[in-house]
Amino acid sequence: MTEPIISVRDLSVSYEGHQVLNRVNLDIQPNEVMVLLGGSGSGKSTMLRHIIGLERPDSGSVLVRGVDINRCSAKDLRNIRRSVGVAFQDAALFNSLSTEENVGLPMRELTTLAEPVIEIMIYMKLAVVGLGAAGKLQPYELSGGMKKRAAVARAIALDPQILVFDEPSAGLDPIVSAELDDLILFLKRAFQMTILVVTHEIPSAFRIADRVAMLYKGSLIAADNKEAFKGSTDPRIRQFLDRIPDPITESAAVQDHLRELAGLTGVAP
Amino acid sequence: MNAFEDLGSVVIQQFAYVGGLTDQFWSGMRALPRMLPIMGKRGRWQGALRQMAAIGVAALPMIGIMALCAGFILALQGAAELRRFGALRYVIDLVAIGFTRELGPLLTAIVVSGRSGSAFSAEIGTMNVTNEIDALQTMALDPIEFVLAPKFLAALIMVPCLTIMCNVFGIAAGAGFMYLSTKMTIGVYARYVFDSIVLRDVFSGLVKSVAFATIIVQVGCMEGFKVRGGPEAVGRATTSAVVKSTFLVILADLFFTAIFYLTGWSS
Repeated sequence: MTEPIISVRDLSVSYEGHQVLNRVNLDIQPNEVMVLLGGSGSGKSTMLRHIIGLERPDSGSVLVRGVDINRCSAKDLRNIRRSVGVAFQDAALFNSLSTEENVGLPMRELTTLAEPVIEIMIYMKLAVVGLGAAGKLQPYELSGGMKKRAAVARAIALDPQILVFDEPSAGLDPIVSAELDDLILFLKRAFQMTILVVTHEIPSAFRIADRVAMLYKGSLIAADNKEAFKGSTDPRIRQFLDRIPDPITESAAVQDHLRELAGLTGVAP
Repeated sequence: MNAFEDLGSVVIQQFAYVGGLTDQFWSGMRALPRMLPIMGKRGRWQGALRQMAAIGVAALPMIGIMALCAGFILALQGAAELRRFGALRYVIDLVAIGFTRELGPLLTAIVVSGRSGSAFSAEIGTMNVTNEIDALQTMALDPIEFVLAPKFLAALIMVPCLTIMCNVFGIAAGAGFMYLSTKMTIGVYARYVFDSIVLRDVFSGLVKSVAFATIIVQVGCMEGFKVRGGPEAVGRATTSAVVKSTFLVILADLFFTAIFYLTGWSS
């Protein structure tokens, strides 16, 4: 097995005493599509924010291309960030800039390319995501799917080695969502990118993933190829895959709280 | 014991806030050269230019009207007392010195704080809520340089300019009052104005205006950067930016006025 391009080691994070991630370990290999699954509140968004270096963990480390992003120099961190493209859940396009200015921003800010070259590259990036004709539009003029595509175009502006998607299918209809899945697969095939997708959409995950990892209440409970993951007998994974709801009102904590509200004390019969 | 703990916690929070502001201020200072034309980063000065239009040009009508009103009010209030001693002419000194040293910078700062300070926090707060600040960081772009520095440079240039315009409008209001009450011509009024103020008065006002511009930008941006949560947090940040920057502007005004008084600058 080759050296992992992203390596999460014993990552622990807590907010105000609440443990969000508990000693998580995960390796992501070059050129693979890794899908990180998990229910709401499982810690997957927190893990993503730590992988892209937006937050510092309580303990543990995140190594990207062998560099610990929480302990490296500012220059190294800049270099690492240039090799990672991020497409955020709500696209995070700059509303003060047009679509093509959004895509051109990293090129204008971080390279010394001449303006005509940048304009050609912007068109190419927008064409890759199917927005060749939408460059002049402002972000508010784009549909939800177009915004996500524009965000992808901006994320791949500097030809990153790693592409990270936060909930790419969220808020999209099934057709647009499937188009985005195709785009992710195309990017992997065409540019040999390593792709990390954080989602809770099971059909989308199985369509694009080489491997699937799953977080459950802050702990990583699986990291396997998708066939093995599909066939898992772990009840927590089966509950997620088979869409079995939690028996919320029957849980001991809820019952205790209801008894407390009713002024009843003592142990439930 | 709880009261002491609460007090300690509040004090620590305030020190942390001032520390954060200072840190942000120096980061902003270091980023300023990159906003300049030719020697700065490609196209960045255009952003600063747009901010200058928003902070300065767009605020001019409001500052003009407020300065005219304040100048007239000051002249009326002053005249009511000075007339009793036959010293109506000193209304000119009151208005000219009052505006150049004090009212011009303060009035300008309050208008800029209300218009632009709130806009900074709302803009940056919204960028925070929609992950635009995160996006900048993941693109290896410094939010301080990209978002704060153009505003900082624009405010450092435009607030002193607006202060001068505020002085002009305020003193012009005094001219209006003197013409209406004593038929004093503009030429005579202008001569009295130039007799009453010295360059030092104008300069001390401009020093204050630079300090006020710094406070408004730093507080407005910091409140925006601190936003966590949803749209209601943006609203709170906007209110907080105006309240805190106005409070700190008045504190800074007191500080500078005391310094000028103690060093004999204002005598």
